[in-house]
Amino acid sequence: MNNEANLHLAAEAHQSENKLFGFWIYLMSDLIIFAVLFATFATMATSFAGGPGPKQLFNLPYLFVETMFLLISSWTYGLSMISLQNQKKNAVLSLLAVTFLLGLGFVVMEVTEFHQLILDGNGPDRSSFLSAFFTLVGTHGLHVSFGLLWMVVLMVQVAKKGLTAGVRSRLMRLSLFWHFLDVIWVGVFTFVYLLGMV
Amino acid sequence: MFGRLTWDSIQTHDPFLFMATIGMPIVVIALIVVLAYFKKWGYLWREWFTTVDHKKIGFMYIVLGLVMMLRGFVDAIMMRAQQAVAEGANHGYLTADHFSQIFSAHGTIMIIFAAMPIFIGLMNIAVPLQIGARDVAFPALNSVSLWLTIAASLLVMVSLSIGDFSTAGWTGIAPYFEKQYSPDSGVDYWTWALQLSGVGTTLTGINFFVTIIKMRAPGLKLMRMPLFTWTALTTNALIVLSFPALTVALLLLTLDRYLGMNFFTNLLGGNVMLYNNIFWMWGHPEVYIVILPAFGIFSEVVATFSRKQIFGYHSLVYATAVIMILSFTVWLHHFFTMGNSVDVNIAFGIATMLIAIPTGVKVFDWLFTMYRGKINFSTPMYWLVAFLVMFVIGGMTGVLMAIPPIDYLVHNSVFLVAHFHNMLIPGALFGYFAGLIYWFPKIFGFKLDERWGKVSFWGWAIGFPTAFFPLYVLGFMGMPRRMYHYDNPAWQPLLIVAGIGTAIIAGAFVAMAIQAYVSVRNRKKNVDLTGDPWNGRTLEWSIPSPPPVYNFAVIPTVEGRDSFWAEKEKGTAYKRPEKYSDIHMPKNVPYGVWIGIAAFFFGFAMIWYMWWLAILGLVGAITTVIIAANNDENEYVIPAEEVKKIEDAHYERLAAAGGKQHE
Repeated sequence: MNNEANLHLAAEAHQSENKLFGFWIYLMSDLIIFAVLFATFATMATSFAGGPGPKQLFNLPYLFVETMFLLISSWTYGLSMISLQNQKKNAVLSLLAVTFLLGLGFVVMEVTEFHQLILDGNGPDRSSFLSAFFTLVGTHGLHVSFGLLWMVVLMVQVAKKGLTAGVRSRLMRLSLFWHFLDVIWVGVFTFVYLLGMV
Repeated sequence: MFGRLTWDSIQTHDPFLFMATIGMPIVVIALIVVLAYFKKWGYLWREWFTTVDHKKIGFMYIVLGLVMMLRGFVDAIMMRAQQAVAEGANHGYLTADHFSQIFSAHGTIMIIFAAMPIFIGLMNIAVPLQIGARDVAFPALNSVSLWLTIAASLLVMVSLSIGDFSTAGWTGIAPYFEKQYSPDSGVDYWTWALQLSGVGTTLTGINFFVTIIKMRAPGLKLMRMPLFTWTALTTNALIVLSFPALTVALLLLTLDRYLGMNFFTNLLGGNVMLYNNIFWMWGHPEVYIVILPAFGIFSEVVATFSRKQIFGYHSLVYATAVIMILSFTVWLHHFFTMGNSVDVNIAFGIATMLIAIPTGVKVFDWLFTMYRGKINFSTPMYWLVAFLVMFVIGGMTGVLMAIPPIDYLVHNSVFLVAHFHNMLIPGALFGYFAGLIYWFPKIFGFKLDERWGKVSFWGWAIGFPTAFFPLYVLGFMGMPRRMYHYDNPAWQPLLIVAGIGTAIIAGAFVAMAIQAYVSVRNRKKNVDLTGDPWNGRTLEWSIPSPPPVYNFAVIPTVEGRDSFWAEKEKGTAYKRPEKYSDIHMPKNVPYGVWIGIAAFFFGFAMIWYMWWLAILGLVGAITTVIIAANNDENEYVIPAEEVKKIEDAHYERLAAAGGKQHE
C-alpha cells in the first residue's frame, strides 16, 4: 500500500474517532434531558390531584417482562458487535434482527400499557403525576423507537454495503445509544416503578 | 386542511402589522425575481446554501444575526417611542396587546436570533483558523445547524403577519402562557422558534466542542490555545449542558398546551414554580454563552493592539472556567421573590456575587495588558475601552441585585432592564462589533473603514448610556418593566431621555451601514495582501486573506503560545513548505437546506394545528437524515499541484507587499 492511501486510511480512522467522541457528547447532552425529566417527575411524584397513584396503576410482573426484553436486547446487541469484530456479516445481521424484535417487544408492551391507562381514564391529563410519568417514560420509549428505526437503516446498510468502515462506525454509535437507553431504563424502572410501589 | 389557520389570522387590522403583511411578501418576491433575473440562484445554491465551508457558514450566520438585530432594534424603537408619550390621558400609538408582543419578540430575537447567530458566526470563522484546522469536525452537521436557525428565525418573522407573537415575555410567564390564558398562536410561535433554534445550537455546541478537543494542530496544547478558542470551548460546554434544560422546559409547555397535561398549570397538581427553575437552569448559563465569547474577542483584541502578550493568560483561562462552572449555580437569583426559604436565597445570592471575582480578574488582566503596551487605537480598541468602563458599572448593579432584600425592591422594575442591557450590550454586543472589525479582513481581504467605524462607535458610546442609565433612576422611582401606559408624570422626562438615547443608537446603526458601503467602495485602498493586517499573534493571521478553501496548505506545528508572533520574531514566518500534498475536503451537501425547510414547515404546521403537514415535515427531516447516513462519498480531493498554484499566487502577493510589511 502506498503512502497516500495510508494517509487516507488514517484520516478515515480519525474521522470515525471524532464521530464516536461527538456521539458521546451528544449522549451526555441527552442525559441531561432525562435528568431534568427525572427531576420533574420527582417534583410531581405525589401530585395525584385526587387521582390514582403508582400502587393502583402499575403491574410489576408485566413490567418485569418488559424490562427483560430491553435488557436482553442490549446483550444480543453486544453479541452482534462481537460478530462484527470477527467480520461475520450474517451473524451481525441475524443478531441485529433479534435485537430489533426484542426492542419492538418492549415498545409494544409500553404502548399497550399506555393505551390501557388512557382507556381507564388515567391519561396524561388526569394529574401532574401522570403528566410527568407519561412524559418521562414516553420520552424513553420514543428514544427506543428511533433506535429501532436506526437499526433497520443499519441492517439495510450491512446487507447492501457489507461491513465497511462507515457501516462499522455507525454500528458502534448505535451500540452506545442502545446501551445508554438501557441505563436510562434501569433508572426509570427503579425510581418510577419500584420506588412508587413502596 | 389548514388547521386553525383562517383568513382572519392574517394581520390587516393594525397599521404597523399591515405594513409588514404587505411589505414582507413584496420584498421576498422582489428578491426572488431580481436574483432570478441576474441568474444568481444557481450560484447561491452551489456556493452558499449547500456549502459546508465553516467560513461561509460563519458569514451567513452573521448576516442572519445582523438582519434579526435590525428587526429587534425596530421593536426597541417602538417600545421607547410608546413609553416616551403614553402618560396620563395619552395612550400612545400601540395597544397593550401589541406592546406585549413587541417586548416578547424583542427579547427573544435579540438573545436567540441576533446574539447567538453573530457569536456562532464568529466562532465558525475564527476557531478552525485559530487551531490550524481545515474545517470543523462535522461540516455537514454545521450546515444543518445553520438552516435550523434560519428556519426558526423565519417562524419569528412570519408571526408578524400570520397570527400573533407571544405576549408572555421572552422568558415565558407561567401559568399565563398556558392554553387557558393564551389560547392563540403567539405562545406556540415562541415555543417552536426557540425549540428549533435550540436543536440547531445544541448541534453546534457538540460540533465545536469536538472540533476544539480533537482537531487542534500538532503542538497546540490546551494551555497554548488562543483565548477566543478557550472561551469558545467553555461556551460550547455550556451549550451542550444547558440547552437540554430549555428543550425540556419548552417540551413540557408544549405537552401542556397540546395534550392538556398539567406541568405548569394551576390545575390538577401543576407547579408554576417548576417552570421558572427549569427555564433559568438554561437561562442563566445562556447569559454566559453570549458573553464569554465576547470576553475571548476582547482578549485577542487587547493583546494584538497593545503589541504585547496577554497579561495573565493562565488567570484568564481559569477565570473563564470558573465562570462556566459558577454559571450553573446561580439560576435562582432570577426569582428571589418567588417565595424560596431565606437560606436558599442567601446561598444563591452569595454564589451570584462570587461570579464578580473571576470577572474582575479578567478586567484587571485586560487593563494590565494595555499597561505599558504600544497601543494602536484602532476601532476594536475603542469598543474594548467602552466595554471596560460600562461593563463594570453593569456588574456593580448586578452585585447590588444579588442581595435578596435589595432584589425584593427592584425586582421586575426597569432597574433590572437597565442592568441586563448594561451587561449584554457592552458585554456581548460591543465584543461582537470588535470581533467583526477584527476578523472582517480575514474573510474579505480588506479592512473596514476606520472613520465611519468610529462614528458608529461614538453613537453607541453616547446613545447607550443615554438610553439605559435613566432606567436605573426610574427603577428606583418604582417604575415596573413592560408597561405600555403609565399615570406618573414624574417618569416621563426620563423616558423621553431614554427615547433620545435610542434615536442616537439608530444613528449608530446608520453609520455602521455607511461604514459597510464606504469600506466596499474603498476596498482597494484598505486591501490586505499579507493576510496579517493587524500584526496579529495567532495562527489565523499566518494564512492568506481570504483564506483558501482548505485554510492551511500544510497543517502548522505549534511550539508555544502566540505561535505566529513568535515565528515573525524569529523570522521563520511565511516559510515555504518543501512540498504540498493532496488535500481531502468535505463535499457540499444539500441536507442542511432540506432539513431547514422540513423544520420550518413542521414548526409552522404545529403552530396552526395542520397535523398532516407536521407529519410530512417530520418525515422529510428523518428521510433526509437517512439519505445522509447512506452517503459515504462525502469528500473530494484538491490535487497537490492545484494547492501549489494557489499558494504560489499568495507568496507572489506577499513579495509584492513585502516593502509595506509591519514596521
